[in-house]
Amino acid sequence: MDVGLRSELQRHGIFVTTLEELYNWGRSNSLWPLGFGLACCAIEMIAASMARYDLARFGAEVFRPSPRQADLMIVAGTVTKKMAPQVVRLYNQMAEPKYVIAMGACAISGGPFKQGYNVLKGIDRYIPVDVHIPGCPPRPEALIHALMTLQQRIAAESLVGPNRPRHLRRDQPGEFPVPEYGSHDLIPPKNESIWRPPVIVRSG
Amino acid sequence: MLCLLDSDEVARLASVGLVLSHIGMDGGSTEYLTLGIFLVAACLFALMPLGLARLWAWRFAPTKPGPVKNSIYECGLESQGDAWRPFKSAYYLYAIVFLVFDVEIVFLLPFAVAFGGLPLGAVLAMMLFVLLVVEGLLWAWAKGVLRWS
Ligand code: SF4
Repeated sequence: MDVGLRSELQRHGIFVTTLEELYNWGRSNSLWPLGFGLACCAIEMIAASMARYDLARFGAEVFRPSPRQADLMIVAGTVTKKMAPQVVRLYNQMAEPKYVIAMGACAISGGPFKQGYNVLKGIDRYIPVDVHIPGCPPRPEALIHALMTLQQRIAAESLVGPNRPRHLRRDQPGEFPVPEYGSHDLIPPKNESIWRPPVIVRSG
Repeated sequence: MLCLLDSDEVARLASVGLVLSHIGMDGGSTEYLTLGIFLVAACLFALMPLGLARLWAWRFAPTKPGPVKNSIYECGLESQGDAWRPFKSAYYLYAIVFLVFDVEIVFLLPFAVAFGGLPLGAVLAMMLFVLLVVEGLLWAWAKGVLRWS
């Protein structure tokens, strides 16, 4: 519908909407995160959900203890290689549609422990991440910003057509392979279909 | 038809079902008509969201079950063995003995509060009840349940 016509109607007290908008509006305002913290960043996540920062204002305060009821995974903290299979399995066990926020330098890239032999260098090697939050740790405001960014992304998702998101496509996977412990590293060390090492292009 | 009812009676009819039953047959069978309508409404209320969700999944969001997704949730770890395994049957005795005390306390407390003003018959009835429950305890005692081995 034409934006001008819509605002004209709205001025007269008539609200028009589409099924898609209504659906996305409902979903984006009731993101239920998985109650799941891995390291120091989780403390900031907890702070964000408490009274001072009050994540409840965005409808995301209902931290669920089971992945079956959650639709947002906040990877808050250092993902060790010992923990990575569990994180991926939890992600797989969440119901669609599901989203991931990688919170903090550790979840994005390994952060201060990047050189560590047992630290995964970014959870996006195994599961698709929707929003990355830099910082060590990111402040609760940053988490709120990430949540709002995710809400905007959800609000812009289309139900049909070629641009529809992953969970609405029949051919896209709902599960991602869970890595296994190898003698030196996780096997496979990354999921090739969703993560590729950045290509360094030398100029000149 | 509706106008035959006086106004405060209409006000008392909380639901369409009740109004309908007044429009319908007269006599005793209308009571059951109301019940039937409520039953259908209740079933629809419960089934419609499920049906709508099915319809939504069929039209827009394909379901994507998988071996990991359908597996038992155990804090992200792979579950060890089957969840349907037998529990030690000795625990059922605990449940029974707990019930004895539980039922007893539920009735004993009001009994104690009202004790002063009770007629003799009520006291005797209560004593009989307590005896019945204590009998259960005695049975458990004689069976040696109170001693964990
Ligand atoms: S990013 Fe910093 S604060 Fe967050 S888990 Fe890593 S070390 Fe801790």
